[in-house]
Amino acid sequence: MTMETETRFNWGEIVRLGLLAAVIALSLNLIGLVGTFAGRDIIGGMVSVGHVFLFGAALGCGYIAAQRFSGGGAGNTLLGGLVIGLLSSLPLVVLVLIAEPLNLRQFMPYVSPALLEMLTFGQGQALGSLILIVVASVLGLIGAGIPLLPSRVRQPLIWGLAAVFLIGLLAEVIILAWGNQGLGLAIRRFVFAARGLSILGASLVFLIVVGLSAWWNSRGEGIKARVNALPPERQRNLRWGGIGLGILLLLFLPMFLRTYLTEVIDNVGLFILMGLGLNIVVGFAGMLNLGYVAFFAIGAYTMALLTPSEYGVAGLSFWTALPFSVLAAVLMGLILVIPVLKMRGDYLAIVTLGFGEIIRILVLSDFLAPWIGGAQGILKIPNVSVAGMELVKPEHLYYVILAGCLLALFVSWRLRDARLGRQWRALREDEDVAEAMGINLVKTKLLAFAIGAAFAGMSGAIFASKLGSIFPHSFNLMVSINVLCLIIVGGIGSLPGVVVGALFLVGLPELLREFAEYRMLMYGALLIVMMVARPEGLWPSEVMKRELRAGSEEPLPAGFVVSSAER
Amino acid sequence: MQTTIRQRFENIDYLDIALWVLRIVIIVAVLWGTVATILDNPYSTEQWLDFLIFGLAQGSLYALIALGYTLVYGVLLMINFAHGEFFMAGIFTATVFVAIPLDASGFTDRHPIWALLVIAVVAIATSMGIAVLTERVAYRPLRRAPRLVPLITAIGASFFWQYFFRGLYGSGITAFPDVALLKGSWTILGLEILKSQVVVIVASVLMLIGLYIFVMRTRMGKAMRAVSEDKDVAALMGIDVDRVIMITFAVGAAMAGAAGVLYALMYRQVHFFMGFFPGLKAFTAAVLGGIGSVPGAALGGLLLGLFESVGPCLFLEGLGITSPYQLKDVIAFTMLVLVLLVRPQGIMGERLAEKKA
Repeated sequence: MTMETETRFNWGEIVRLGLLAAVIALSLNLIGLVGTFAGRDIIGGMVSVGHVFLFGAALGCGYIAAQRFSGGGAGNTLLGGLVIGLLSSLPLVVLVLIAEPLNLRQFMPYVSPALLEMLTFGQGQALGSLILIVVASVLGLIGAGIPLLPSRVRQPLIWGLAAVFLIGLLAEVIILAWGNQGLGLAIRRFVFAARGLSILGASLVFLIVVGLSAWWNSRGEGIKARVNALPPERQRNLRWGGIGLGILLLLFLPMFLRTYLTEVIDNVGLFILMGLGLNIVVGFAGMLNLGYVAFFAIGAYTMALLTPSEYGVAGLSFWTALPFSVLAAVLMGLILVIPVLKMRGDYLAIVTLGFGEIIRILVLSDFLAPWIGGAQGILKIPNVSVAGMELVKPEHLYYVILAGCLLALFVSWRLRDARLGRQWRALREDEDVAEAMGINLVKTKLLAFAIGAAFAGMSGAIFASKLGSIFPHSFNLMVSINVLCLIIVGGIGSLPGVVVGALFLVGLPELLREFAEYRMLMYGALLIVMMVARPEGLWPSEVMKRELRAGSEEPLPAGFVVSSAER
Repeated sequence: MQTTIRQRFENIDYLDIALWVLRIVIIVAVLWGTVATILDNPYSTEQWLDFLIFGLAQGSLYALIALGYTLVYGVLLMINFAHGEFFMAGIFTATVFVAIPLDASGFTDRHPIWALLVIAVVAIATSMGIAVLTERVAYRPLRRAPRLVPLITAIGASFFWQYFFRGLYGSGITAFPDVALLKGSWTILGLEILKSQVVVIVASVLMLIGLYIFVMRTRMGKAMRAVSEDKDVAALMGIDVDRVIMITFAVGAAMAGAAGVLYALMYRQVHFFMGFFPGLKAFTAAVLGGIGSVPGAALGGLLLGLFESVGPCLFLEGLGITSPYQLKDVIAFTMLVLVLLVRPQGIMGERLAEKKA
């Protein structure tokens, strides 16, 4: 009976979803996401990311409505989608009508003439509003229509659209990395417009991906079964072959990418390194550390002070200073963890946040300025050099960072299932039981903090040499939140998750300069959405997946970090 | 007897030793700094009193914000990290949409009391709206999840609202228009005190008393206390737990919204990041006073405000630290750590069970 009431078509719910879509669409307009991304074309001159933000709510809520009321009949569902789309466009029409008379721009800077021009498609208020309403309604209808399609059709369709979106989004980057001579140029001119994909290119990408997805849908199971049927030894060989291929690809990556993209990858690498460290503390041992940036800062400042920089005291080379940077971070980790050893969960989070801020304030203060530069930072940190050759270009530094990441990955991977890793997991599950089982809480916690700090210290040291100068403002709370967000989005406790999360959350904003302003907004929204909808992350670890699957039998959302602290 | 001595050596907890060393170092530093400052005496009595009054005003703001943390922690055992953003959202919205237009139209000059009232109502209503929305979307679905999950969504909500309002009203510092009525100072008991500071202190004290009466005397307050004792039993007694939690958030946010107005009167500026650090400080105040206790939050807020305004000159200057005011946040965070180490239940809090701390 309950199932029936859930799936029954319900106009009240439709109106509520429509209002939700309206609020989302209006907010995205007012905070400027639509306007800022209007210049980022997906299909040159036709569809921009701004349009996606503008109509995404209609499409999404239509989709949700159709999924929730799958028992309502196709006609009703489509009509519901139409209504949702219509409702979502109404506040925008109101915005168009009142923006100029009320001079809304003086209150909200993003309600600009350019935005109003975009909302009315350059057709004036009356006709433009009509177009807006019609487009939104049709998109709501399409959104509601998608779940009605059989999955054989739906999946390739969604993949195709996603591929067009992604390639269009990254068009600028792809063009940058693409060869500039011969056939490459010809293909590029054919597929890409001045901004985004060309219409032909978009259709081509769409068709290819739809074709591939359809092929995989019909054959994929067979291929998987064949691989699984291979003898275990062959399977292992296959896996090692894959890993070898991956490493080879990583080694030659800078040759495919240009300097700019390698620079981005370098930054992603530094965050992967930090993410792996925080993953040990938060993901393995279950201690939420919000002051993680402190260790990054300590690593960077130790590097700056030990090398012949502006405030350098020792004049060591990068390679001799690196172990000291790591050591300093570890020491700091040990010092900071002692007062918080007996704290749990949320208190630990706030106190570590306080520590991070204390370090930042101290570094920034005039009090310590004579030794570490204060707000002016430290300049002239020498480059990394190998055998007398200075590594200046990002392509060269890439290998240093890659080596660091691989080392950290290896250490994390070996520790995860080692005795220590299992102790951390026990700690995360239930501190009291872990202690009763004879686990030395102090030692395990100290080790988690120390190893986590070591990775961050290494990352900070490389960061300092890479930039050649460091400023206190590079070490603010946002870095900690950034790292936390990437491990949660990737999948807490999951090593590939860290890499995926860093690529997605650090790489993407660096590639799309429009994101700069909305980075933290996106992170905040992602943290909430991930926790509510998909707490295990994009690439969950095996343990989390198992826990969540076990928990899914209960009607309540299963959580993931410290089940000990259950009320 | 020999065995006991050996046992004693074996039972030495190096952790405890480290913690004692930490405590002693801090106490010595504070005493040393205080004595050195007093001997040197760089400030006049009037200056010290100014610091004191400023600390009281600042502290009463902390107290108002801290109430939100304490109330929510009481019913949900959760640190509502986004609480500082409720504080910011209300006054930022009221400044942009009410205070500035009213000032421009001359209404504020003609009817200052009415203008302030409208500003306060808009600010409080916005704060409450944002709080209820946040609770509904980010916290309610996770009521039964492990404790770190809602904390993470709270961190997310905090940054989401900060950058949402940054996008909405711009990233610059917006000046809060002067209210002519509150300019200048009064002479009370021979002391020159800024009018705005008097208003802040008096309004805060009134609101604290009002809230205390609300929690202790009304039906809803009783329901809130019941929910904070035991949610399941409260539900069995016929209390709509979800509704009580929502109202708790709304009441806390109303206090934060009012604190926002007072903040704007005192500092005459608003911006999107204004809620974050006061939020953290207020949390510290709540912990200092004993989280879960309403009078504790008030006391903790006042104490923290005083420490922050007097502390840098009293403790740090004596230690020969240049520009000690830059380090006032260090004092607040160090106090947080110390309180959690020495007396985790705070000054007025009940001893927290293991599950709570």
